[in-house]
Amino acid sequence: MRFILDRNTWQEIFGSISKNKVRTVITVVGVLWGIFIYIALSGAAKGMDNGFESMFEVIAKNSMFVWAQNTSMPYEGYKTGRQMQLKLSDADIIENRIPEVEFIAPRNVRGFFGSTPPSIGRNNKTGSYPLFGDFPSFVKIAPKKIYDGGRFINDEDIAQARKVAVIGERAEKELFEEDEETIGGYIKIDDVYFQVVGVHKFDQSGGFGGDGDIFIPFTTFRKLYNTGENVGWFSIAAFDDADVVKVEENIMNLLKNTHKVHPDDDRAFGSFNLGEQFNKIVGFANGITFLSLIVGIATILAGVIGIGNILLISVKERTKELGVRRALGATPAEVRNQIVLESVFLTVIAGIMGIILGAAVLAMINSFTQDIDFPYTNPTVPIPYVLGALVIMVVLGTLIGLIPAQRAVSIKPIDALREE
Amino acid sequence: MIEINNLHKSYKMGSNSLHVLKGLNFSIKEGELVAIMGSSGSGKSTLLNILGMLDEADSGEYTLDGVPIKNLNETKAAKYRNKFLGFIFQSFNLINYKSAMENVALPLYYQKVPRKQREEKAIKYLSQVGLKEWAHHLPNELSGGQKQRVAIARAMAAEPKVLLADEPTGALDSKTSYEVMDLIQNINDQGNTILVVTHEEDIAHMCKRIVHLKDGVIVEDKTVDQVRASQYV
Repeated sequence: MRFILDRNTWQEIFGSISKNKVRTVITVVGVLWGIFIYIALSGAAKGMDNGFESMFEVIAKNSMFVWAQNTSMPYEGYKTGRQMQLKLSDADIIENRIPEVEFIAPRNVRGFFGSTPPSIGRNNKTGSYPLFGDFPSFVKIAPKKIYDGGRFINDEDIAQARKVAVIGERAEKELFEEDEETIGGYIKIDDVYFQVVGVHKFDQSGGFGGDGDIFIPFTTFRKLYNTGENVGWFSIAAFDDADVVKVEENIMNLLKNTHKVHPDDDRAFGSFNLGEQFNKIVGFANGITFLSLIVGIATILAGVIGIGNILLISVKERTKELGVRRALGATPAEVRNQIVLESVFLTVIAGIMGIILGAAVLAMINSFTQDIDFPYTNPTVPIPYVLGALVIMVVLGTLIGLIPAQRAVSIKPIDALREE
Repeated sequence: MIEINNLHKSYKMGSNSLHVLKGLNFSIKEGELVAIMGSSGSGKSTLLNILGMLDEADSGEYTLDGVPIKNLNETKAAKYRNKFLGFIFQSFNLINYKSAMENVALPLYYQKVPRKQREEKAIKYLSQVGLKEWAHHLPNELSGGQKQRVAIARAMAAEPKVLLADEPTGALDSKTSYEVMDLIQNINDQGNTILVVTHEEDIAHMCKRIVHLKDGVIVEDKTVDQVRASQYV
C-alpha cells in the first residue's frame, strides 16, 4: 500500500508512460473503446427501458379490456353463434367477486370500431369525432390531462345524466374560435346540446384514443342512444401487485358463468391484456439491457486483453531497460509492481475517459431524440454499473498486467543485459 | 574488500558441461584499481558477473566487504547490488527515455532517496564527470564518450563499495577511451575500489594491478606502474 501511495512510484510510472507516447495512446484507445461501448450500450438500453416505461405511464400498467363476441359452442340449450352482450350488472359482479380488480369502467362508443359517428357541431362548424359514454372511474385507469380549469365527468353527472361533455384538443380547435371560452360553451351532439366542462390534453405516448375524443356521462349516452343496460366493453385495472394474467382468466371465467357460456368457449368474450403486453415489453427491454451488459463487458475484456498484449510486447522491448534497473538495485517485486501499476493506471485512465465520452454521446442522442416519437428517455447508466465496470477494469488490469510483469521478472538480469 | 576462494563455475550446454572458472583465488583491497585481462572465452566476464551478483558460482566462497555472498534470492541480490556495487557496461545501458540526470538518479530511486535529494546528488555526480550542462539531455543526444560518463556518474551515484566496469572502453575510440580511463583513474584516486574487465593492453596498464585469466585460471597477477591516461588527453 505504501508503494501505491508513494509519490516516487508515480513519478517513475508517469515517466515511463509519458515517454512511450505511441504505446500509451494505442493501449488507452483499446480500453477506452471498450468502456465507451459498454456505457453507450447500457445507457441506450436504459433509455429505451425508460422510454417504454413512460409510454405506459399514461395508462395503468396492469389494465385490460374485455368485450363481447359470439359463442362458438352450444351450452345449456343455447345454440352456437349466440351474440353476447355485456351488461352494466356485469361490472358489479366482477367488482364484487374478483378482489384483485381495483377499478372497472364500463364504456360505450359511437364513431369507433366501425359504428356510425355521431354528428357533432357548433354553430356552422361540424366535425367527426368518436363519442364515448364513460364513468368517472375511466380516468383512474387511463388518466387524462384536463386543462383550462375544466374537469372530467363526475358522479353527479352520472346520477343526473347531465348533458355535459369533455372534448379533445382537436375538437376544441375545430369547433371553437380562438378567442372563445371553451369551458361552459355548448356543442351539439346528434341535435342535443351539451355543455363543455373540460378539454383533455392528447398524449401521443398513450397510444390509445385520439385528440378528438369526446366523453359524455355513461348515463347520458344511454339515454341518447337508447342502449339500456348494454355495455360496449369494460376497461379494468387490477391492483399493482396482482398477477394480470390470472385476473384476466378469472374475469373471463366469471363472465362465461354469468352468461351461461360453455367453460371452454374462448370465442364468446374477447379481451386484450395491456398488462401482459407491458410485461412482455419489460421483458424485452430487460433482455436488451442484459445483452448490452454482456456485450459491454466482453468489449471491456477485449480492451484489457489488448492492454496486456501491448504491455507484453513492451516488456520484451524493455527487457534491457528492466535488466539495467535490476542491475541498479530494483528488486523483482519493484519491477513487477511497476508494470502491474502501469497496466492498472492505463486501464483506469482509459476507463474514465471512456465513461466521460460515453456519457457525452448518450446526452447527445438524448437531445436528438427529444422531440421525435421514439421510446427513448433519460438514458442513464446506474452508478453501480459504472463502479462495477471500474472495479472489473482494475481487477482485469491487475491480472492482465501480472502476465508481462511475471515475464519481466523471470528474465535474469544478466540475460536482459546481454540482449542487444 | 573482495575475497574469492576456490571459485568454480560451469555452464551446461546441452549434454556437455563447459567449465569456465576453475578454482579462482584472489583478493582485492580497498582503493585498488584492478584490470582483469584475458582473451574472449577466458572467463573474465563470467567472473565479473559473479562478482556483480548477476550470476552465481557453483562452488567456492565470495566475500564482499566482509559479507559472505551466497544463497542469494533475487530480492536480496538486488539489495546488495544497490548497496555495494556500481556497474559500468560496454554498451552504456542508459535508459533511453530518461534524461542524463534521471538516469544517474535511478539507483538512488531504488534506495528510496527522496526526489529532491536524488536530483541534487545526480547533478553533483554529473558535474564530477563534466556533464552538468547536459543534465536534461536524453542519451541519444549525447556522444558515446558522454554516454559512458553518464553511466559512470550513475554507477557512482549510489556510492557503492566497488565499481565494476565491463569493457568500459569497448565501444569507444581511443581518444574517448583515454578520457573515460582518466575519469576512472580520478575516481580511484578518491579512494574507490574499481574492477575493470578489458582485453586492451593499454587500458589494462592504466590500472594499478593486472590479473590475467586464461581458460578459467589465473595465470598472472601483477602490480604495474600505472600509466596516467591524462597524458594522452
